[in-house]
Order: sequence, then structure tokens, then C-alpha cells
Amino acid sequence: MFDNALFIGFPYATVAIAIAVTAYRFFFDPYSVSSQSSQFLENRKLFFGSVPWHYGVITVLLAHITAFLFPGLWGLFTANQTRLYILEIIGLAFALMATVGLIVLFYRRLTDARANAVTSELDWILLFFLLLQVALGFWVAYYYRWGSDWFLHTAAPWLLSLLKFQPDISSVAALPFWVKFHFLNGFVIVLLLPFTRLVHLLVFPLSYLWREHQVVIWNKARH
Amino acid sequence: MDIRAHVSMVFHLDKCIGCHTCSIACKNIWTDRKGTEYMWWNNVETKPGTGYPTQWEDQEKYKGGWQRDENGKIHLRLHNRAGGLTNIFYNPALPTMDDYYEPWTYDYENLFNAPEGDDQPTARAVSMITGKPMDSIEAGPNWDDDLGGSPVYASNDVNLDKLTEEEREQLNEIERVVFFYLPRICNHCLNPGCVAACPAGAIYKRGEDGIVLLSQEKCRAWRMCISGCPYKKTYFNWASGKSEKCILCYPRLESGQPPACFHSCVGRIRYLGVLLYDADQIEKRASAPDHELVAAQRDMIMDPFDPAVIAAAKKNKISDAMIASAQNSPVYKFVKKWQIALPLHPDFRTLPMLYYVPPMLPVLAKTKDGNYDVDGLEKEGLPAMLSSLEKARMPIKYMASLFSAGNVPVVEEVYRKLIAVRIFKRAQKVKDYQQAEVDAALAQGKTNAEEVEAIFRLTSLPTYEERFVIPPLGREVAVEAWESPLDRKREAGFGVRNKIAKRKF
Repeated sequence: MFDNALFIGFPYATVAIAIAVTAYRFFFDPYSVSSQSSQFLENRKLFFGSVPWHYGVITVLLAHITAFLFPGLWGLFTANQTRLYILEIIGLAFALMATVGLIVLFYRRLTDARANAVTSELDWILLFFLLLQVALGFWVAYYYRWGSDWFLHTAAPWLLSLLKFQPDISSVAALPFWVKFHFLNGFVIVLLLPFTRLVHLLVFPLSYLWREHQVVIWNKARH
Repeated sequence: MDIRAHVSMVFHLDKCIGCHTCSIACKNIWTDRKGTEYMWWNNVETKPGTGYPTQWEDQEKYKGGWQRDENGKIHLRLHNRAGGLTNIFYNPALPTMDDYYEPWTYDYENLFNAPEGDDQPTARAVSMITGKPMDSIEAGPNWDDDLGGSPVYASNDVNLDKLTEEEREQLNEIERVVFFYLPRICNHCLNPGCVAACPAGAIYKRGEDGIVLLSQEKCRAWRMCISGCPYKKTYFNWASGKSEKCILCYPRLESGQPPACFHSCVGRIRYLGVLLYDADQIEKRASAPDHELVAAQRDMIMDPFDPAVIAAAKKNKISDAMIASAQNSPVYKFVKKWQIALPLHPDFRTLPMLYYVPPMLPVLAKTKDGNYDVDGLEKEGLPAMLSSLEKARMPIKYMASLFSAGNVPVVEEVYRKLIAVRIFKRAQKVKDYQQAEVDAALAQGKTNAEEVEAIFRLTSLPTYEERFVIPPLGREVAVEAWESPLDRKREAGFGVRNKIAKRKF
């Protein structure tokens, strides 16, 4: 029963809240959607924090998503031991990068008076849970080896069952505490997303790749 | 031909006294909020000087504006499209607060609340960002005001790089030290670097009047506009996490008033009016080689009296009132008709729509045998008391670096015409020149009595209505801009009112 609440109720609740609040923000309060960059106030430490953090976490996150979306291909890839080793080493390296970057960012906001001045309570909460999440991920990857393989038989089916609205927690119910903690903390971050500056990841400006350089807005149609 | 109207500006630098009234008028209206303390949408710089933010003209450092490659194509200096996204986590060319200054206030309360003691209480400087006391203030607004000739500030002006060692030394000679003022606002460019650099597409040009605005709702603080603008006229609001910029006081324009900085200008140096330009030519003209840039920009400004231009404008739904406004525009006269106003740093290739009449260089005179004497005037055959271009206190090359992408003849032509105006009017009023001297000056300035009179009139005696020909952007007209009143008239009637099509962008 408790497991059901944690692995079915909690994910559904967090995702539902995230969708509703995000939609509200986009439609009724678009002004609030911003990455709230503080580079203008502090430049140097940001470089050593933001760059490794973003490139590290985006790579790791994309790996999670790819494995979930293409379990067949992913499984074929990890079936070879050498490839699995290489994949895990690369993954660990990026995770380490992200962790180090996040620690630098944490330190920066703590010690730099200017960066500190634009840091809200929610920013601290978000930073804490992000740090917890990458630390847990790192811990799991290190102590429960070959996650890139067992992910396919544990988390992937569970997430898929949630997505299909036929929740089935059998594949994750027996996992060790730290692994479960990592899963659940992931949904805590989903919950935080619409309430914090993390919402900026949803507005990553991909369209810059193809939009016209110059933007002209006419109040009245011209022709 | 794609004719569009543009609210454009001319600043007459000869008349600027550097009083900063414009800056204060702007600040009091728009940037007295938290996060905007350091923003000066309008600022006045001393030239030679480093400007605001420090050395903003140095594009090796700030990567603003456009660059022309060997094939004659232009690219943003800051990034290509993919580069814009990969640098999004850390913008290497972003100026930081230290390139501007940390805004501060004073702890005035302490003057009242300090406990009794042996010393006078003081009001310490307190940072408006962190709220902590600041031990030393190292920069502030107009930090190098009036410091032309200063080895600490003025000598770092990047425009001086183009001068020879000898010319630079001349500038710093005691009693030859010289400076002038350069008021700056957003140039509302035709090919703006800030718009092109914004990953979110939050910055746009208003089609009807060309004002460049930054949508606060679409801005996501990717902060590329700050680097992309070579004039550093978009500012980052550190508190709200949004960029902000000069809006040319469009709410004032729409109610028939000139922008606050124009209205309050003590020296009455500012002119505002509409220019008609051909939008099809933007890319071509922005890609011209350096020495042709000024001419290229003049070429794309169209004659509002030309019937073909008027027809094309009407085809683009530019109203008769707007065309009439363009025909009256003082900006058209300065920029195109008389060609004595030049864009600031055309080499940035953004096609700025704010033009400057360069200042007559201050005369360096001394008495020789009791007579007023100016260096080397005889050589040019000009009478005394007027600047000689060759012996100018501020080398023409410096002016060319500011106003013509280094093209010296373009600036010289402007100056010869301005000198002709002076000599002509002096001959008229003071009567100490021979007619031959006046004729020579007119010939050198490639001008005539009629034009000189007109230039004099608009420079020295313009009325409010002559300086500010505000286009019909009034509310009653503005409504027409997005809702055709004819639609209502035609489609609305008794019974169910037809739905009006949603406005298209």
C-alpha cells in the first residue's frame, strides 16, 4: 500500500501538478518564466559551475531518456561487455562533471554577496534537491553497477506502465532503498519544476536555429 | 521597393553642453526601479573617453554588431546560430556589473540615529545590490565626465587607436586638451544586433514606426542581446531577470509628445522625425565595404517627395499623414538633403537610425603680436577664427572612426559645409569677411546661400514644431493601426455582429 502511494500516487500527483502549474504560468504569467541568470553579477565562478553542470546533467538526462524511449536498441548496445564498460565510464564522467559543477554553483551562491542577493528560498530548495539527486545518482551508479543495463528491466517498465495508465510497480518494488530514493527524488524535482526557475528548461530556444534573424511585428496586417 | 516609415533622430553635437538633463529625465521616468539603478538608457559621454559601459566600442572584447566576411556577407560577431545555443549556459562576451558600476546609496539614517559620541556620524555608502557597506566606490555614472586628456580614462578610448603616435601626443599636450560630448540612446537600428542575437526572439521592431522593443513576457534572460548590441544599449535587470532597453518613450509619442530626453534637452540639440526607407535593401546596405557604409545608408533613405516613393509607401499602407510627416521631417533634411548628419559607428553594420551632426572642432587660438591668431589658417585660405581641418584640435581621423567607419573624406565634406555656414552667417552679421572669402567657403562646402540659410535656420532658430515632427501615432490613429475601423463599419450592423478576423502578425 505504502509502495503504491510512493510509486503510483506520488508520480501521478507531481506530474499533474507540474503540468497544471506550468500551463498556468505560460498562459497567465509568462513574465515569470525566466532563467533568472545571475551571470551579470558574478561571472568567474559561474563559468566553472554552470558549464560543467549543464553539459553534464543534460548528457546524463538524455541518456536516461534515450534508454527509456529505445529500450531495444539500448539493450543491444549494452549487451556487449566492453561497450557497457565504456558507456558506464562515460556516464560516470558526465555525472561527476554535473556534480562538481553543481557544488561550485552552490558554493557561489553561498559565498558571493551579489549572487546571494538574488537567491531566493526556492532557489536553495531547488539546489538542494538537484544536488541530492545527482549525488544519489552517482551513488547508485557506483554501488549498484551496470545501471545502464538493469534500468531497462526495472525503472523503464515501471515508467512505461505509468505512462500507459496501467500502473505496475512489481519491477521496482524490490529495489534497494537508495535506488528507490533516486527515483522518487526525480519526481520531487518534477514537482519543483513549475514553481522554480527550473521552468527555463522547457523554454530552451531551439527555434533560434531556424528563425529569421530580424523580427518585425506589425500591428495591422499589411497586404 | 518595400517602403517603411521609421521614427528617426538627429543629435546636433555642436549644441550639446553636456548637462545630462536628458539622462535625468529618462531615469526619472523609466529606470528608477530596483534592478535598473545602473541603467542609463540615455547617457552622455565625454569623448575622447571610455564611455559607458567602459570601452563599449571595443568589439574585440564585447563582440557586438555584425562582421563582414571575405565574400561580402555579414554575420553576427557574437555567435552563429548553433553557437548561440551552446554558449547559452555561459555567455563569454557578457559585460558584468563591474564594467558598469555597482549602484549604491548612502546610509542617511545613521546621521539621525547614531548614538552620541566623539565623532560626527557619517553616511556610509551602501550597495543597492547586496545592502552591504562599500568601502570604496570605483565607478559610477559619468565616471570619466569631462576627463578628455586623462591618461587613466580618455587615453583608453578605442577610437584613438587609429591615430598616429604624434596625433595622440598632440591631443594630450597641455593647453591643447580637448573633448566634446556624445549623448547616446538606443539607435533603433534597421539591422539590429540585439534582435538577431536574442535566442528567444523576444526583441522586435515595430513595423509601423521602427521602434525596437523588448518583450518582457518573452525574455528568458539568455542575455545575448546585451552582447549582440554593439552600442551596449540593452541592459540586464539583475533583479527581475529580464533585459530592458530604451523604448523611445513610445507612450509619449503616441500621445503626441517627443521622448522625455528630447523634450527636456537644454541645448535643444535633438530632432525627431520620420524617414522613409527601403526595407528590401537592408541586408545589401549593411554588407557594404567599410568606406561605402555611410553612402550606402544614405542611399536606402528614400525621398518622401518622389511620386514613385509615395506610391510605394501607399501600397504598403503607410498613411497620408505619415507621408506628410516624412516630408516635414527635420531628420530627412539633416541626413539626406544636406548630408551633414552621420550615423554613429556605421562599422558595426546595424544601420543605426540616430544620426549625429559632428561638432565643429573647438578653435585653438592664441594671440600673436596682440592679434587673434589660429594655427595654420592661411594655408587653407580661410579667414581667422574658424577651425582649420588640417590643424584641427581633434584629428579628423578620430571623427571618422566615430562617424564614418574611418572614411575621412565623408567627414571632411560635412565639416566643410558646416564651416561654410559659419562663414556665410558671420559675413552677414559681423561683416568682417570679403565676399570672395564667403564664395570660396561656399564652394568648398559644396553648398549655396539658400541651403546655408536653411541649415542655419534649423540649427539655431528652430521652433518646437520644427525640431519635433511627431508622426501620427496618436491613440485615435493607433487604434486604426491594429483594428480597421472600416471593418466594423462594413460588418457590424443590426443583429449578430460578425466576428472580426484575429489580428495577424
